Amino acid sequence: MRIGVVTFPGTLDDRDAQRAVRLAGGEPVALWHADTNLHTVDAVVLPGGFSFGDYLRCGAIAAQAPVMESIIKAAAGGLPVLGICNGFQVLVESHLLPGGLIRNDVQTFVCRDQKLVVENVDTPWTNEFTLGQEITIPLKNGEGGYIADAETLKRLEGEGLVAFRYKDFNPNGSMNDIAGLRNERGNVVGLMPHPEHAVEAGFGPDTSVAMRSGVDGLKFFTSVLKSLVEA
Amino acid sequence: MSNVIAVDTTKNAKATPEKAQPWKELGLKEDEYARIREILGRRPTSAELAMYSVMWSEHCSYKSSKIYLRQFGEKVTDEMREHLMVGMGENAGVVDIGEGWAVTFKVESHNHPSYIEPFQGAATGVGGIVRDILTMGARPIAVMDQLRFGDVSHPDTARVVHGVVSGISFYGNCLGLPNIGGETVFDKVYQGNPLVNALSVGALRHEDLKLAKASNPGDQVILFGARTGADGIGGVSVLASETFDADGPSRRPAVQVGDPFAEKVLIECCLELYAAGVVAGIQDLGGAGLSCATSELASNGQAGMRVQLRNVLLRDESLTPEEILMSESQERMMAIVPKRDLAAFKKIVEKWEVEYSVLGEVIREPRLYINWGDEEIVNVPPRTVAHDGPVYERPVAYPAWIDALNADSSSRLARATDAAALAEQIVEVVSSPNQASKNWITNQYDHYVGGNTALAMPDDGGMVRVSEETGLGIAIATDANGRYGQLDPYAGAQLALAEAYRNVAVTGATPMAVTNCLNFGSPENPEVMWQFKQATAGLADGCLALGIPVTGGNVSFYNQTGDVAIHPTPVVGVLGVIDDVARRIPAGWQDEGHNLYLLGTTRDELDGSVWAGVIHDHLGGKPPVVDLAFEAKLAAALNAASEQGLLASAHDLSEGGLAQALVEGVLRFGVGARVWLDEIKQVGNVDDTAALFSESTGRVLVSVGREDDVKFVGLCEARGIPVLRIGVTDGRAVLAAGSGAASATDSDARLEIQGVASWSLAELAGVHEGTLPELFG
Repeated sequence: MRIGVVTFPGTLDDRDAQRAVRLAGGEPVALWHADTNLHTVDAVVLPGGFSFGDYLRCGAIAAQAPVMESIIKAAAGGLPVLGICNGFQVLVESHLLPGGLIRNDVQTFVCRDQKLVVENVDTPWTNEFTLGQEITIPLKNGEGGYIADAETLKRLEGEGLVAFRYKDFNPNGSMNDIAGLRNERGNVVGLMPHPEHAVEAGFGPDTSVAMRSGVDGLKFFTSVLKSLVEA
Repeated sequence: MSNVIAVDTTKNAKATPEKAQPWKELGLKEDEYARIREILGRRPTSAELAMYSVMWSEHCSYKSSKIYLRQFGEKVTDEMREHLMVGMGENAGVVDIGEGWAVTFKVESHNHPSYIEPFQGAATGVGGIVRDILTMGARPIAVMDQLRFGDVSHPDTARVVHGVVSGISFYGNCLGLPNIGGETVFDKVYQGNPLVNALSVGALRHEDLKLAKASNPGDQVILFGARTGADGIGGVSVLASETFDADGPSRRPAVQVGDPFAEKVLIECCLELYAAGVVAGIQDLGGAGLSCATSELASNGQAGMRVQLRNVLLRDESLTPEEILMSESQERMMAIVPKRDLAAFKKIVEKWEVEYSVLGEVIREPRLYINWGDEEIVNVPPRTVAHDGPVYERPVAYPAWIDALNADSSSRLARATDAAALAEQIVEVVSSPNQASKNWITNQYDHYVGGNTALAMPDDGGMVRVSEETGLGIAIATDANGRYGQLDPYAGAQLALAEAYRNVAVTGATPMAVTNCLNFGSPENPEVMWQFKQATAGLADGCLALGIPVTGGNVSFYNQTGDVAIHPTPVVGVLGVIDDVARRIPAGWQDEGHNLYLLGTTRDELDGSVWAGVIHDHLGGKPPVVDLAFEAKLAAALNAASEQGLLASAHDLSEGGLAQALVEGVLRFGVGARVWLDEIKQVGNVDDTAALFSESTGRVLVSVGREDDVKFVGLCEARGIPVLRIGVTDGRAVLAAGSGAASATDSDARLEIQGVASWSLAELAGVHEGTLPELFG
């Protein structure tokens, strides 16, 4: 299965996302922001970073990149799309997911191992989790505070579109502790924490068993491969 | 803007030999100005004067330190050279770590800008060192920073702390380089002179090594990256004011401003240029900007260069030629590109949307010609600018005050006489700003990016995987203790070296090479010069004793306010290599029921210690004894034990002694411990205070699984390493996800020091973690 990983000029976690795809058993395909060609990939990951420096609203310029035209079209056709951190911001700026992301309430960049609850397993990116499962995923962002108007929040909660919620500690002031969302169809998922940093023992978050042994993030990538095989 | 700039040409210089020039305002000495005139056989043009003044400055020319830095290249053995691919003098040293891989690393200061404008000062400090690493042909793979701030209670300290930390966070995080460690120290001696040192490390394949030289005539000289603006042109404004008429724009020096996105793009662009093989030589633009890049490239290549300054892309069209030559605009690089590769070069920079302009070409004649349009404004031998600057043997004087300071030993200080008082002192030490957890700072840095971080804060050293195929990796630790440096700069430098060396060894890596950033007061003060002389000798002798070479470094002088200099603060960074990062060792224990062993010998050494400072506000006496032969033996033993998989954790004992190590050990993963001091006191003939707080060197606290006990103790004894069983690990606290020590939430796990005190880990976490957020959060 071919999973595209988009690189904008300021993308930082593209190589990490490619590694995650590889470790899950997929074939990573590098996609370039200036190229509308999606190279017949079966799914797309928008990785973290600072796409165009993010001196403007995070992800606002990236949302206008040529590659996004193709991704928006393909997403409407059901292509699985995962946006991580800056990728989530790009999805929001592209209106593939509702709401917005603002500066953390603590006013500083935050890097920590974050506990999440999986609240929706009916997406190609989360089907290997169990509902209500607690997972630990590294979080690192400066502008990860999720906001939406009251009506949107009500809809998100009512329709079960919250995919992940912060557990025990809300690191950035996100409304309703929202860490990640899915769209109505379920093929588009975005979250602030970084599953690609929890895919390889030795380089993930600490667990009670061993240092840096957390690999909860791998399931995002095995989920999509499974759903593609089954499709 | 269409300013008419009255250019001072070489022709004009010849014609007007008597014209008064502002050499003094530019920081040149009378004899230095005379020497420039002698070299050129005429007065310099204002552009030449700008170049010489900045390149002959202390910062660029190392004129006060050169005679001492030489010993880093002289006090070496063939064995030390064995793995050294590039030594001192280049942008950064390069070390062969095997399997066809090499690493390059260096630490550099950005102290003065960081006091004036902490955010941009610290940010551009990171940017500068990363470009140095990039220049060697390497992909930068990690950063670290070594910070010294003033007293926490001083009203100005928070300004500097917030600015510096957020500057590093802003720039480093956006570059995509994991921040894997560093130091933060508060002391009133740094009040007006905070130290912001930044370290970067990069990895490259042997064949990808690049050097900063222009040697082939006809090769194109290309400036690319950000445009040139009025950043950091400081002193040159006196020249500008000369060449501008009174109605022109005011020429205020500007602070360098960092654009990490531009730098990130520049990194990827350069790596792609290297991979395409289109770059014959490369140099970053940092201090002294174009003056430095052009003269160094030409001088290193024993060639010359013809440059058209009008071709420089500007952010501000009103800049004068002198300002363009001295601008320190960030995120710029200069490449030497063979003509045949120009098209390929253009294609790559255009892909990354990086601007470039061809400034000129390399010529055979070792002469640097710079034109402004049709007018020649520079005509100099590049070597005289870049390498043959003045060298001073500054007066050195044994400090009048140091004997009295050394005589004022900590032995006169009152020691706790009962358990309650000792317990209180332990809490006081581990919650003091310098000993408290630095999570508040390090949690603002991305240590995950890249997916290769095997160790980072709060472990003793940072570790990064270099090869994903084999697990080959590197470890780095940096240390400096200014208090020791003040008591004895020779020993202080060796203590910093010994600690960094030990911190690398406890990760399981083998120490290989050294970098340093020597932060001192004014070289014009003979007592400071004595400190510098002692510290460099101590470091060079120490490296020789340990058999690891200095590969590069940086000197920062003039860290003083009025007559009061900072403590000598020689930051020493040690790089180690590990064949497989999978066997790295954390600094705290994660398993219950393991035995805790103290390796090394505990002596009554409290002079200059944290205990003396925190409990008694005292600094005096002589620092702990350094035994480098023993440090090497200890490191070898740790390495052997690690290779046999005997060590579950290993934590170096240094500032704060055993008490500090125990608290950090239990909080690392939230697993408690029961510890007794009897054997330490007996064997070392010391009291409780020394057992807990002594800063004797050559000591490590390790945890070992019971099944490995016999093997481990046997290994230590066979190698002559004193080993004492001092406790067991016991009880697990529930930690909130991820923060490591941050928030032990349940209280069944404890640290019990028998006969002294027992705390729940939640209590300890509270005092150890709470200090910095309370001060700065």
